[in-house]
Amino acid sequence: MLSMVNFILHTWFFSGVSFAFYFILHTCLYAEHKMNIVECRDVKKVYHQGHLAVTALDGITLAIEQGGFVALAGPSGSGKTTLLNIIGGLDRADEGSVTLDGNALGEMSEAMLAELRLRKVGFVFQSFNLIPVLSAVENVEFGMLLQGVPAAERRQRAWAMLDDVGLAGLYHRRPSELSGGQQQRVAVARAIVSDPAIVLADEPTANLDSATGKGLLELMLRMNETKKATFIFSTHDKMVMDFARRLVMLRDGKVVEDTRK
Amino acid sequence: MDCKLAWRNIWRNPRRSILTMAAVAFATTLLVFMLSWQFGSYATMINASVRIRTGHLQVQAAGYHENREIRKVVREPQAVAAILERTPGIRAYTFRAESFSLVSSKNRTYGALVAGIDPQREPAVSTIRELVRDGSFLARGDTAEAVVGHLLAKNFRAGVGDELVVLGQGRDGSIAATTVRIKGIFNSGQDEFDRGVIYLPLAWFQEVYGMQGAVNSVVAVCDSLDVVPAAKSHIQKALAGMSGLTVLDWQELTPGLVQAIKMDLISGMLFYVILIVVVAFSIMNTFLMAIFERTREFGVMMAMGTRPGRLMRILVMESLGMTLIGVLAGIVAGSLVTWYFQVNGLVISGAEEMMRQFGLPERMYPQLSLLSIGVGAGIVLLLTCLTALYSAFRVRRLKPVQALTAV
Repeated sequence: MLSMVNFILHTWFFSGVSFAFYFILHTCLYAEHKMNIVECRDVKKVYHQGHLAVTALDGITLAIEQGGFVALAGPSGSGKTTLLNIIGGLDRADEGSVTLDGNALGEMSEAMLAELRLRKVGFVFQSFNLIPVLSAVENVEFGMLLQGVPAAERRQRAWAMLDDVGLAGLYHRRPSELSGGQQQRVAVARAIVSDPAIVLADEPTANLDSATGKGLLELMLRMNETKKATFIFSTHDKMVMDFARRLVMLRDGKVVEDTRK
Repeated sequence: MDCKLAWRNIWRNPRRSILTMAAVAFATTLLVFMLSWQFGSYATMINASVRIRTGHLQVQAAGYHENREIRKVVREPQAVAAILERTPGIRAYTFRAESFSLVSSKNRTYGALVAGIDPQREPAVSTIRELVRDGSFLARGDTAEAVVGHLLAKNFRAGVGDELVVLGQGRDGSIAATTVRIKGIFNSGQDEFDRGVIYLPLAWFQEVYGMQGAVNSVVAVCDSLDVVPAAKSHIQKALAGMSGLTVLDWQELTPGLVQAIKMDLISGMLFYVILIVVVAFSIMNTFLMAIFERTREFGVMMAMGTRPGRLMRILVMESLGMTLIGVLAGIVAGSLVTWYFQVNGLVISGAEEMMRQFGLPERMYPQLSLLSIGVGAGIVLLLTCLTALYSAFRVRRLKPVQALTAV
């Protein structure tokens, strides 16, 4: 039944109806079925470097429940970032299926994936990756601008979000005028301000000292609790693993351990 | 926000942006000045030729221009004059009759173009009266008197007051012979002209050459070059009732000059193309560098849901902003430089002799016009925008995950 609805919705989508209406309707239809925000089934990904084939993901099957605070851990090359990219619609799986908030990512076009990322996914990157020519508040506003939120509402929400992450009074500072911890807080504010279904954070504490990293994790945990957003981290930081409520260990592209706390 | 982002990106690397804008401004300045210079020199060349020799328009017997036989005449010059009087844009006109004849002084004989001119009307059409350096110009009622070019006078070893014998063929085929006294000697600066022309009063010429009141051409000058085509068309229609007559404009009368201008324009264009290509590569380098440097940032923006089209739009805004600043600065600088030389003129030292050969003054003046500003600036703007567009198109091919891992 759901696949039939999915088919009709996709057909409607391609007939030119706006992305926003598509996702709103899609979300409503799937609301009652949405126990898991992410579902990966037998996901495989192979990178080709010249004649060499490197298996990044080797049949990952994983379900992440809504509101989770999950760490994907493992050594370098275990496939954490690849999995995060595929869940976030930045990359595609070679085999298997990935569903994000009811959307089968493998069936979506690049444009649909871009819209999905805009409406449902927030990203926090290891090296902050703020837009250097925009101020803190403008960086937070940027996603809302893409969503078409009116300017006044945008500004108000961005200010409130920056206040919430402890950056009151630093609204107009450029990234170069902020410390690493402050920049990562702006990044968290940017990721969460649009109320995404999921926030994907790739090694968010890797470039921070332990005290700042801890503060950031506490902030994200608070956001997880207050905003009800699902957080998925890739990390090999012990502190992040300690903070996570669920720890998924990866090795050689496979899930080797899945611990709930 | 897109505009703001584009504007701030321009100033992200101020030194590089300023250098790029300076390159665009320099190219535009050079183009504005060079085009103004070309247009100014063409106007001077055309004016020199038109005001000394041909006028803007001439009414002649059909075929006279190609084969200058004295018997190909305008039989009723006054009827043509009446048409010219009615033609809008005609400032003045005069009558001329011409014949290649042998001219002799005491010891020497040369072939020369003997031209009969109306002493009263001619000064309104040509500058010949102002070019008389020795003696005086012809006057109403003069008969057997002549004004000769200074090189011809030198060849004859004759001066004002000396006699010359003119021997030619009349309109009816009879021998035309007369003795004239040199009344004035002119110096136009054009050696060929100064060496080969002798002016007689028209009435005397008509009598000696048996013209029976006819002339070979009715020469007219217009208010400006712009009105020449309309005036020509008007005269052409009016001449329809007078068989055997045709009207020629300055381009038909001086095909050599038109060819010289075309050649100069082509060589100028080649130079401009080279200049603009160099600038375009500089711009392309800047934009490609900007894209390479910011690939990761584009990856973040794409991860957040920005479509490649929007990224492209921001990049095009950046390039357009930078190019527009450069072009505007170039227009201002180019106009100021051109205006200075338009007022004060520019002497090309060492080229005086060549300039003289073409009948040009030593001091040349560029001519600033909307055309000279618009063409140069427009070409630079167009080419740099196309270059920037090419660079921006590369963003369309970016994949977010690749962009995010770009070094």
